[in-house]
Amino acid sequence: MSALVEPDLAGRILERALARGGDLAELYAEARNGFSLTLDDRRVERPLGGRERGVCLRVVQGDSTFYGYVDGLAEEDLLRVAESVAQAVRGEAGRPAALASAALADGHPVRIRPEEVGARRKAELLRACDERARASGAEVAQVRIGYAESRRQVEVYNSDGRAAADDRTRVRLSAQVVARRDDRVETGTDTRGGHAGWELVEADPVEVADRAARRALTMLAAVDAPTGRLPVVVGNGFGGVLLHEAVGHGLEADAVQKGASVYAGRLGEQVARDFVTAYDDGSREGDWGSDGIDDEGTPTRRTTVIAEGRIESYLYDVLRARKDGVDSTGNGRRESFRHVPVPRMTNTFFAPGDATPDDLIGEVERGLYAVSFGGGQVEPATGDFVFGVSEGYLIESGRVTAPVRGATLVGNGLEALRAVDGIAGDLEIATGYCGKAGQSVPAGVGQPHVRIRELTVGGTASR
Amino acid sequence: MTLDDVARRAVEAALAAGASDAEAWVEESVSRRVQVYEGSVESLSDAGGRGVGVRAFAGTRSGYSYGTDLSDEGVVEVARSARGAAEVADEDEHAGLPEECGAAAVDGLVSAELSAWSTERKVELALAVERAARALDGITQVETATYSDGEGDVALANSRGFTGGYTATQAWAYASAFAGEGAELMTGLGVGVGRDPAALDPEAIGGEAAERALALVGARQPESRRCPVLLDTFVAASFVGFIGSMLSAEAVQRGRSLFAGREGDEVADPGLAVVDDGTDPDGPSSAPFDGEGSPSRRTPLIEGGRLQTYLFDARTARRSGRTTTGNASRGSYRSPPMVGTSNLVVEPGDDDLQGLVRLAGDGLYVSDVAGLHSGVNPVSGTFSVGASGRLIENGELGPPVRELTIASDLVSMLKAVRSVGSAARWVPFRGSVRAAPILIGEMSVSGA
Repeated sequence: MSALVEPDLAGRILERALARGGDLAELYAEARNGFSLTLDDRRVERPLGGRERGVCLRVVQGDSTFYGYVDGLAEEDLLRVAESVAQAVRGEAGRPAALASAALADGHPVRIRPEEVGARRKAELLRACDERARASGAEVAQVRIGYAESRRQVEVYNSDGRAAADDRTRVRLSAQVVARRDDRVETGTDTRGGHAGWELVEADPVEVADRAARRALTMLAAVDAPTGRLPVVVGNGFGGVLLHEAVGHGLEADAVQKGASVYAGRLGEQVARDFVTAYDDGSREGDWGSDGIDDEGTPTRRTTVIAEGRIESYLYDVLRARKDGVDSTGNGRRESFRHVPVPRMTNTFFAPGDATPDDLIGEVERGLYAVSFGGGQVEPATGDFVFGVSEGYLIESGRVTAPVRGATLVGNGLEALRAVDGIAGDLEIATGYCGKAGQSVPAGVGQPHVRIRELTVGGTASR
Repeated sequence: MTLDDVARRAVEAALAAGASDAEAWVEESVSRRVQVYEGSVESLSDAGGRGVGVRAFAGTRSGYSYGTDLSDEGVVEVARSARGAAEVADEDEHAGLPEECGAAAVDGLVSAELSAWSTERKVELALAVERAARALDGITQVETATYSDGEGDVALANSRGFTGGYTATQAWAYASAFAGEGAELMTGLGVGVGRDPAALDPEAIGGEAAERALALVGARQPESRRCPVLLDTFVAASFVGFIGSMLSAEAVQRGRSLFAGREGDEVADPGLAVVDDGTDPDGPSSAPFDGEGSPSRRTPLIEGGRLQTYLFDARTARRSGRTTTGNASRGSYRSPPMVGTSNLVVEPGDDDLQGLVRLAGDGLYVSDVAGLHSGVNPVSGTFSVGASGRLIENGELGPPVRELTIASDLVSMLKAVRSVGSAARWVPFRGSVRAAPILIGEMSVSGA
């Protein structure tokens, strides 16, 4: 691709940004192209295309960040932003290092460029999904299928001489099915997405619809969720949102450095049993949260965050890494050029263990099998979390029995980690969107089946 | 070119590309944001945004496209792309521009005061918020104190001859404070909103963050039981916002709302009244017209305990044989208009907080809920959400509690409203709601 901002212009802008001082100046340029299409209520609708160009310029001085962003790549706009940002800085002018052309990072394979596939084929795919979902049972009342593709071409130049580029393509297919039986109405969802091309959704796309429909239909027979402290087996794939929310956010270095994390000052501390290991890995090929580089130009990589039960590393962007005297772990991510990067997870998951899901369930006398969550929220400062279980079952005498509705898991990340007493080998990564600091980024969440000895289940059943 | 010119040019280009009808929304904005931490500036930004979004119709099919390039070339490209996108959509006999467009007179959207404030004064305001939060004994950290403002110009034009525009300003400040340490660390949020920084009270915002955090120090998991539950203003706003989203005719027509088929029904206690008001001069989401050019208005939603109407845009109104309520909302030029609330206003009642607590007798005061949007089944209305707050004992606020869930279904909860508080205020997160504390007669509380 031709450069969004030529190195020569980038150099002049960085120089102007440093005119009144600063330790680091950075120019982030981005071209975003996207297309999405929805099928809802049996109709293909909302074809939506977008083309955005823009830059974010920041100057870091000590612990302060001064930044500006603007839509478009016009030279006069970039220079004006540089001027405005420099105005806020107080110090001696600095000179940026010489810049080479931005080298394109190793990409993730994209076999079929989504934008080269006709919109009609995308509409056909949605219809096929709709038909499959409706064929799953007469009780299917409503189906919504969504398809979205995006391409983000980014360039990062900074005053330390960094010049890096990345070309990111993502596709995502999602299904939401509503099933109705008399007064009972239940919703089932499923998604498939990745840092990949059209090939990802083209392979057996109706599977997504099928799974969503099966969930909705299953939940029609759900009984009220139990209430109390129970053993919980958490399903693989999207079950990893628990790790993401309850542990991962607390390992992000911004929260740690502000003392806003229960994991602050705990590096090396044993917080889980020795068979518990977890990674953040933005380099996993084709995964939803993967990129070639992060949004500060640091190559993505695998970071062991929990090694055999001990806190091994926090997740860093450039700013927080400087402060701790370490290297960035490639976790400086941003939603778009309208944001500054903050430490964010990429794909975060528990490493596979030796057990099988049947082993984990077989040992539970009475408990909850939480397959999928409707979402969750955590207070990173304490690690307190809440998750709604969208697909869950009772475990009785070592067997999965009736589906339950309305279950909520309430607990604390550290306590839950300590209580992990079994991990299976069936690792899977699912697609999520993670919100933090007003920014939403694609994040892979995953795990094999994991058992937690005891958690508070807030249900609707009276005890 | 003015924004009006750009919008008209985009409509013209879409028609030239073969659209039977078209509409263009153009935006230009500047914003400023200051974050302070431990007495100095953590980040300071100066941002500019501009873009155009075009909705093009090919008969009863419609497509949408947007872009950041407002040059003639860029605008034509967006218009063509929207017209092209329309080809792939299925026919929708109800699709189309509103029959009548226009602008309501809404005063007070702009404050000239905003541009009179220097960056230094805004930084000082953020620092004052932080100081106010730190001033309370027991506050261990102020994670962030943030000031943010924006001024935006909007123009809308369509192929039925409507062109309109407006400018609005907004300023917010918020703080997040910590009390306690380690696993006992509690957080509190304080927030304020207005048309300009002069409308923000840094002492109140910082103080609120600190008080909310301090109130939770030492929180324990309570016993499970059924009891009266007092929702504080933030929590009430979250629930009312969710209920507003369920009153969208779009959700109703597609069988995704618990309120489907319940227009005119008794869905709440007669003491609860909720209005959607796009014309309130103080409303953060107020504007002269909605996202497709229908004049803004005031629409009672729940009155006398009965569901008065759903929220409509032009398309959903046609489908139901109704008229639009002016609720085609837009997040920005990047999204096509969709049915949504403007400002939701809960009619305040007579009791102050103390009175509500006394009325509750023995129960739970909820100051925070987590996972509301994932914890509610939109169709059945059943929910179970995480919460924290304080016990209410003998008509007074008692010890703090956390790690609990409150569960009910929305209509049962609305019907169980016992009293609405008198202290109403704007809560600007997740939509725009003017809320007051709400006392619910009974709910299921799960703890230990």
